[in-house]
Amino acid sequence: MSTEAVPALRVQGVSKAFATPEGGEVRALDDVSLDVADGSFMVLLGPSGCGKTTLLRCIAGLESPDAGEITLRGERIDTVPVWKRRVNTVFQSYALFPHMTVTQNIAFGLQMDHLPKDEIARKVEQSLDLVKLTGLGGRRPHQLSGGQQQRVALARALAKEPEVLLLDEPLSALDLKLRRGMQLELKRLQQETHITFILVTHDQDEAMSMGDQVAVFNEGRIVQVGAPRDVYLRPRTKFVADFIGEANILDLTTEDTGAALASWGPIPTEAWASDSPAVGGTSRTVAVRPEDVLLSAEGNGRFSIVDATFIGGDLHAVVQVGDARLSARQPAAHSSGLTTGGRCEVTFRPGSLRIVEA
Amino acid sequence: MAKGSTRARAGQGSWWAGLPGLAYLVALVLAPLVIIVIFSFLSRAKLGVGVKWEFTIQPYIELFYRESLSGERTFDPTYLQIFFNSVLYSLITAVVCLVLSVPIALWIATRPPKWRTLLVFLVTIPFWTSLLIRTYAFVIILNDNGPINGALQGLGIIGEPISMLYTPFATTVGLVYSFLPFMILPIYASAERFDFRLAEAAYDLGATKLTVLRRIVLPAVRPGVIAGFILVFIPALGSYLAPELLGGGKTSMIANVIAAQFGASRNWPFGAALSVMVLVIVMLALVAFAVIARRSSKRGSQQSLESLL
Repeated sequence: MSTEAVPALRVQGVSKAFATPEGGEVRALDDVSLDVADGSFMVLLGPSGCGKTTLLRCIAGLESPDAGEITLRGERIDTVPVWKRRVNTVFQSYALFPHMTVTQNIAFGLQMDHLPKDEIARKVEQSLDLVKLTGLGGRRPHQLSGGQQQRVALARALAKEPEVLLLDEPLSALDLKLRRGMQLELKRLQQETHITFILVTHDQDEAMSMGDQVAVFNEGRIVQVGAPRDVYLRPRTKFVADFIGEANILDLTTEDTGAALASWGPIPTEAWASDSPAVGGTSRTVAVRPEDVLLSAEGNGRFSIVDATFIGGDLHAVVQVGDARLSARQPAAHSSGLTTGGRCEVTFRPGSLRIVEA
Repeated sequence: MAKGSTRARAGQGSWWAGLPGLAYLVALVLAPLVIIVIFSFLSRAKLGVGVKWEFTIQPYIELFYRESLSGERTFDPTYLQIFFNSVLYSLITAVVCLVLSVPIALWIATRPPKWRTLLVFLVTIPFWTSLLIRTYAFVIILNDNGPINGALQGLGIIGEPISMLYTPFATTVGLVYSFLPFMILPIYASAERFDFRLAEAAYDLGATKLTVLRRIVLPAVRPGVIAGFILVFIPALGSYLAPELLGGGKTSMIANVIAAQFGASRNWPFGAALSVMVLVIVMLALVAFAVIARRSSKRGSQQSLESLL
């Protein structure tokens, strides 16, 4: 991977704990390390409370880590005060200054750099053009729609030409249609400006469609980093398999005859993904995507169909396998005879079964 | 509910519920005001108590001119000076209160909610005791043998006690003390609503603490500052206790002069005329505040790139 070059941003062994009101302690970040390649689009993905926003705030300088190092192009920044870091943030709440116009909002950051007035004016116009808000500089934030406010927040951060742009769930307040548009827009901005983007989201579709790289967070740790397709196809843990896309998680037993799924029986070797961790390790958990579970209608099949629903062109079926339930999804055209209450036979698409860490 | 369009909605209140309060205001605020205005145009009673019902503008002439025994009028700035002093002390008081209150209010507003309630409660504790008693306490604190002089002498910083009591300084200290909560509370009310994520955004954009305070926080708490300024300046203008007890009569403010006219000097019409002047000054001050407030908010909203840069 090209990340072998000097990364734009390197996070090494960062930990951060917060005191809870009850007097306890929450480990928001637990020994997190991450390299972000220069000019790439990194997405930090995870459920709420997993620590991804805390990491973003540590990079921005709004929180200071308890342990670890953060370096920007080889220089340590975790000891540098927030206002001196060449890193800017687009906040979830946008945090536009309500008493200032759009122009003043964007100019604010540039004034902090003591740029000459005409250069500030030029950069403000440029940023407004970049986010397609030309001519709206005189408006106040409350006179703009949510999507426009979002663009102002982006323009304000981009105008500073940061080394790294941090985006904290920037699209979560927008409705679905706007969000799709802004996802493409963000991708375009990143490619046009060549600025390194780090975006935090809990929306896996957003992560998949925007990121060059995705870092999946769970309980204060990064559980997997990789290209979106890689992470989807080769989840390392049960959490990743389940969180990104859908997955059936099954228990594995090792019998004399080889690997077997509980209440399913021996598994043909060709069902395993060639790069899946070896059977017989400590892990006894298997993940398989619903689209890799193949059903065929057989009157005397071993399994009963709990539910079969046609959604669009697909059949979504749930099959009772012992005490587990398997989700399956396949094109409706290949699904004749599969009805709720019916019986079927189950096979796995070759190369689809994968052992994951519990 | 659909056909009840003529019925008042719950919580809307009815006009007659406000009647007792309105009656109270008319009887006890408006009526004395009218009486004062009328008295200020009447003549002095023979023995000085009360008024003689004979129209004159003599009390207003007395504000600016002294009349010698021979009936000759000369310009006399005594009362103008007192008015000026009163406004000056009140302004100083309001400004000092402002400077002290902003950090306190912001500090309270940034505490966890549970603490905020307690701290606001602590700010209001002085109200539990009469202002008279609290002002007398400052007589003890500030006098030559008081704790401040004692401490300074004990530490060897000064040899002779510093005379603080019965000076304009003592008056100002007393005024600031009396009115501080009236500045802290409205600023706190504004600061509590402030979205501190805006401060984070400003830091993120490269602003230092001082810039964040000046350009982000202060504009946001401006309504509280204006309210606090009015709540401090106007009552301070009419304050009686601090100048009387701590200023020792040397730094008389209007209220003390007015009290003297109704008391020792037995010149009710002149006292009334002074009171009317206070009223006029207060109204002028309010108009000035309103103009300043509107102008600064208008400047904010109309600023375009050209006027900003």
